[in-house]
Amino acid sequence: MNARAPVHQGRLKSPFYPRLEQLDFVNEWHEWKGYSSADSLYCEEMEYFAIRNSTAVFDLTPMTKYLIKGPDALDYLNRLVTRDMAKIRPGRVAYAVWCDDQGHVIDDGTIFHLREGEYRLCSQERHFAHLLASAIGFDVTITHETEDVAALAVQGPTSFSVLDSMGLDGLDQLKPFGLMHFDFQGVELMVSRTGFTADLGYELWIDPRKAIELWDALFDAGKLHGIRAIGTHALEQARIEAGFLAAYMEFLPADETIRTGRSRSPLELGLDWLVDFKKPNFNGRRALAEEKRSGSTWRLVKLDIEGNKPAHNSYIYSNAKAKGGEIGFITSATWSPVCKQNIALGTVRVPHGQPDSNVWVEIYYQREMHWNRMMAKATVVDKPFWWPARRGATPPGPY
Amino acid sequence: MKTYDAIIVGAGHNGLTTAAFLAKAGLDVVCVEKNDYIGGATVSRNLYKDWWYSNCSYVCSLLRPEIYRDLELHKHGLQVTPYGGSVTFMENGDYFGSYHDHEVAYREMSRFSRHDADAYKTYSADTMRQCRFIRDFLLSTAPDPTSFKPRDLKELARIGGKFMGMGEDRMNETIRFWTMSVAEYLDEYFETDVIKASLSGSGIIGTALGIHSPGTAYVLLHHYMGDVDGNVGSWGFARGGTGAVSKAIAGAFQAAGGELRTEAGVDKFIVRNGKAAGVALDNGEEIKANVVVSAMDVKRTFLNCMDKSDLPEKFHRRVENFKIRGSSGKINIALDGMPTFSALPEGSSLYSSDMHFIDSMERMERAYDDWKDGTWSKDPYIDLTIPTVSDPTMAPPGKHFMSCFVQYCPHKIEGRDWTSEEKDGFRDSVFDQIAQYSPDFKDLVLHAEVRTPEDIENEIGITEGNIFHGELTMDQLLFNRPVPGYAQYRSPVDGLYMCGSSNHPGGGIMAAPGANAAREILSDLRRPNTVPENFGDD
Repeated sequence: MNARAPVHQGRLKSPFYPRLEQLDFVNEWHEWKGYSSADSLYCEEMEYFAIRNSTAVFDLTPMTKYLIKGPDALDYLNRLVTRDMAKIRPGRVAYAVWCDDQGHVIDDGTIFHLREGEYRLCSQERHFAHLLASAIGFDVTITHETEDVAALAVQGPTSFSVLDSMGLDGLDQLKPFGLMHFDFQGVELMVSRTGFTADLGYELWIDPRKAIELWDALFDAGKLHGIRAIGTHALEQARIEAGFLAAYMEFLPADETIRTGRSRSPLELGLDWLVDFKKPNFNGRRALAEEKRSGSTWRLVKLDIEGNKPAHNSYIYSNAKAKGGEIGFITSATWSPVCKQNIALGTVRVPHGQPDSNVWVEIYYQREMHWNRMMAKATVVDKPFWWPARRGATPPGPY
Repeated sequence: MKTYDAIIVGAGHNGLTTAAFLAKAGLDVVCVEKNDYIGGATVSRNLYKDWWYSNCSYVCSLLRPEIYRDLELHKHGLQVTPYGGSVTFMENGDYFGSYHDHEVAYREMSRFSRHDADAYKTYSADTMRQCRFIRDFLLSTAPDPTSFKPRDLKELARIGGKFMGMGEDRMNETIRFWTMSVAEYLDEYFETDVIKASLSGSGIIGTALGIHSPGTAYVLLHHYMGDVDGNVGSWGFARGGTGAVSKAIAGAFQAAGGELRTEAGVDKFIVRNGKAAGVALDNGEEIKANVVVSAMDVKRTFLNCMDKSDLPEKFHRRVENFKIRGSSGKINIALDGMPTFSALPEGSSLYSSDMHFIDSMERMERAYDDWKDGTWSKDPYIDLTIPTVSDPTMAPPGKHFMSCFVQYCPHKIEGRDWTSEEKDGFRDSVFDQIAQYSPDFKDLVLHAEVRTPEDIENEIGITEGNIFHGELTMDQLLFNRPVPGYAQYRSPVDGLYMCGSSNHPGGGIMAAPGANAAREILSDLRRPNTVPENFGDD
């Protein structure tokens, strides 16, 4: 009997890896769903400002992707997710969450209505088993296509100019959460006006065999408009500024949670707008309707915190003296270079955390070996920290 | 006729800052500006086709983050993007680069001297200690050492406490630092000429002193104590040029209900019964206000726009003696493409850094000798930046805007006005120096705006075009700025205040004088304070 070759040992390399490797000066990588993904390529600060000032390119190939099609695709998705997918026409994209029967979030993601009755679901975590189990009784086929689609986020104020220079005619008419198909060297290139940065930006989806060609065409077109590859750390700052959630930060996937009370419902994550009780039945509906009636336990808060010391891992209190114990904790924190604000996302017990109310955050920070502690006053805000007009402008401006 | 609560004279970034904080406090405020554009020297101007020039100030680092945040300047369009490093081109064809990344910087310095590379960390710590000391006082009013008011005593005690807290050795170092020359200071750490030359530039920028003049070590601090996103010593570009800063502050001012009037130059401050009553405009119109604030420099305010009889004799004399000498010029250039520098490899990160062309301490000092002789430096110290390397908004794609800050450049040539030939000569000295290191530079020039201190004075109104509204020497700092006894933004005339860079803590796009002045005015009016507190480094 012959020995079987072991499964791939070590990290996978995205089809864009050869180009990323050439641009990498700092050798800082982490693992993302089995792939090598860069923390940073040369300087986090400069990479961050590529997002806010010119064009940043981020490799999102490791995102989990599923192709869902068949006569029942819409009905299937409508039962899966909490929002009404009937409103999402072909050529449109929807941000969505899906829940377990207790109404707790399994994951969030984007659903691309590629063509009539054909969807791509894209998420952080892997859900093939759950998606198949949910498909019983529906005439749909679900294909796992993570490795079959290479993807790049192209984000920043000059991102339209770059893609326009690349010859993507008609892109100027593409609205936020729209998608278009183009021919790129004989293969289909899908471009969606989506992203994780709350800035003007697009995501590009293509057959991995054309990945390098796409990268080269993109960077060639970007020369005159400013273009830089970036790693996860810069993107993470932009994500918090946008007030977007991240799995394992703002919530845990309900189906992977061990301890009771550690998962969250969409209502507890500020995603009420994604839950449509008027549409046909969906997973978690009863539980969410009950929660809406009787009240939630937790509330996600966006915090504008005084001072300039980021509130990493902090407890949140209702008063400066910490009387009554903590009411919650910070889930993501950063200094926002573009807003010049000390911002964070956190989770607090209801009824705390009403918009415009104040809470106190206990911040520890180190200066030359010694630790300091401060109680910083924070204001709960209900808008994203950064949401520039150019994000939604159609046609987009040159910068 | 309407009487405003306050009138601010001059819509530079400090005038606008005072205006914004007063308007936020609910006052009825008007800000008048003589030019048909706002910003004063914090301005982006469209003088050639689709190019926008930061035609006076050109970089941003000192702008107080507390003010940026409090006025929500990002909502009014401001974005400050950091840029990295600097390069000094050398006559022997080599160059000395400084880089963001500490280890890369260390390796580059080691190429010249391992000793200097190692010494740099001590130099940084010692300089940062001085920065930390002074940064704490930027957003507060300097205490009057002769006053017995509780707030002065309290602030003096705070400064004293901080100073004593350093320990004897470091107290001595601090006193030496505040009085020594940048050359002496650098000599204590480094042995390599080009490294010293590269670091010494910050000691003389905007100052009519040479690297060997006492007091220039402090000027170095003034260029180090800023920060971008908490990185002390970092520099950034305002997206769209420095005009974006004043535009954003003006936006905050107007959002708070303030009124902005351009083409409204002030001829005289009106004083009635020893109290400021308003201003008379150049066109004869009078505007009444209970509080009058001048954002102009101290000389222009008191020597040009007031009756001598309204001022005490000694104060008047002190203002006349205030040092505000023109020492630098500016050349703004539209380029048809990116110039190459022979010594720099293609794609070098130093293309987006500050560029300099003086590689020795002797050349630095000789540049100053020309100024003392009443002429421009024939081998000048240029601080060259190309903001369009990262900013897509200031020139068409593939084209560039180059900003050259040039030192030294006198206000008058041997005491008389500049001739146009001399202005061309000044430009040629700069162009020739750059072309020595960048052979294709001259062919790429589409347009150049040449600005001597005289031009800046005529256009912006700053006396002698001095970028700091008065030199940053010990005799003109803290409680001595601009005049002893008047360092708390109040003038000898009741109701007349000062908020420009002639006041503590001085020039640069800092907005601190404007904010501090607003706090004092609100306190006099017994209004709640709207000016934010210092974040603090600890």
